[in-house]
Amino acid sequence: MYLMQFLLLAAFLFCVGVYGILARRNAVLVLMSVELLLNSVNINLIALGVYRGFEQAVIGQVFALFVIAVAAAEVGIGLAIVLLIYRNRANIDLSQVDLMKG
Amino acid sequence: MLAQNITFGILAVVMGFSAIRVVTTKNVVHAALYLVLVLAGVAGIFILLAAEFLAIVQILVYIGAIVVLFLFGIMLTRAPIGRSNELDNSQRGISAVVGLFLFGVLATILFDGFGDDKLEGTQVGRTGDVGLSIFQTYVIPFEVISILLLAALVGAVVIARRD
Repeated sequence: MYLMQFLLLAAFLFCVGVYGILARRNAVLVLMSVELLLNSVNINLIALGVYRGFEQAVIGQVFALFVIAVAAAEVGIGLAIVLLIYRNRANIDLSQVDLMKG
Repeated sequence: MLAQNITFGILAVVMGFSAIRVVTTKNVVHAALYLVLVLAGVAGIFILLAAEFLAIVQILVYIGAIVVLFLFGIMLTRAPIGRSNELDNSQRGISAVVGLFLFGVLATILFDGFGDDKLEGTQVGRTGDVGLSIFQTYVIPFEVISILLLAALVGAVVIARRD
């Protein structure tokens, strides 16, 4: 196995996630795209850890666990905010959420 | 080695297709279900890299909890359950350009840096090592993450409650 194949897969997932964040209008779908980004980062952490040897592989797994925990917190807060937007405006179209636009 | 490469190929094809469907499908629920495929594929990649504890955590936390949260979010916001053309904004073309450009840049840099480096044999049976590492070297970040999760939980309740 080459290191490149994992890094390329992670880069592809990351770019698909960036496309989703930019092109989606529904807030829940934007949060799903953020999950794609975080997962690509985790693949990178694990693959580069294995590449660097046993000690670094363990450290990579620990950091990937931290990323998973942060992702769980992010989804919880994100969906709470989406629900609040829905309650105030009756839809979650992000192109209409422009109160802070100058 | 051959079996690992075949497994990787299958996983990569399924994950790539599902990821593209997540961001292009016109049905919100289908997007969540394709997300399950991507997350399961990531768990498979973790197993391929001998990180079996992380693969289990991935399945438990992501597929078990986060996707269910997403489905709750879809249902609670009364998103259109069937096909809908309202899910994308008018920037799809430029977004695709940005994504492709970013992929090109990343692929170029990665090929430059890691050209044809091979992954050496992966050791298995590391769950104990991961535990030791968390609770010895990284115990303070671990506690900080605990506080963060607690704060996020309380914050989500405070934000979302009706008063």
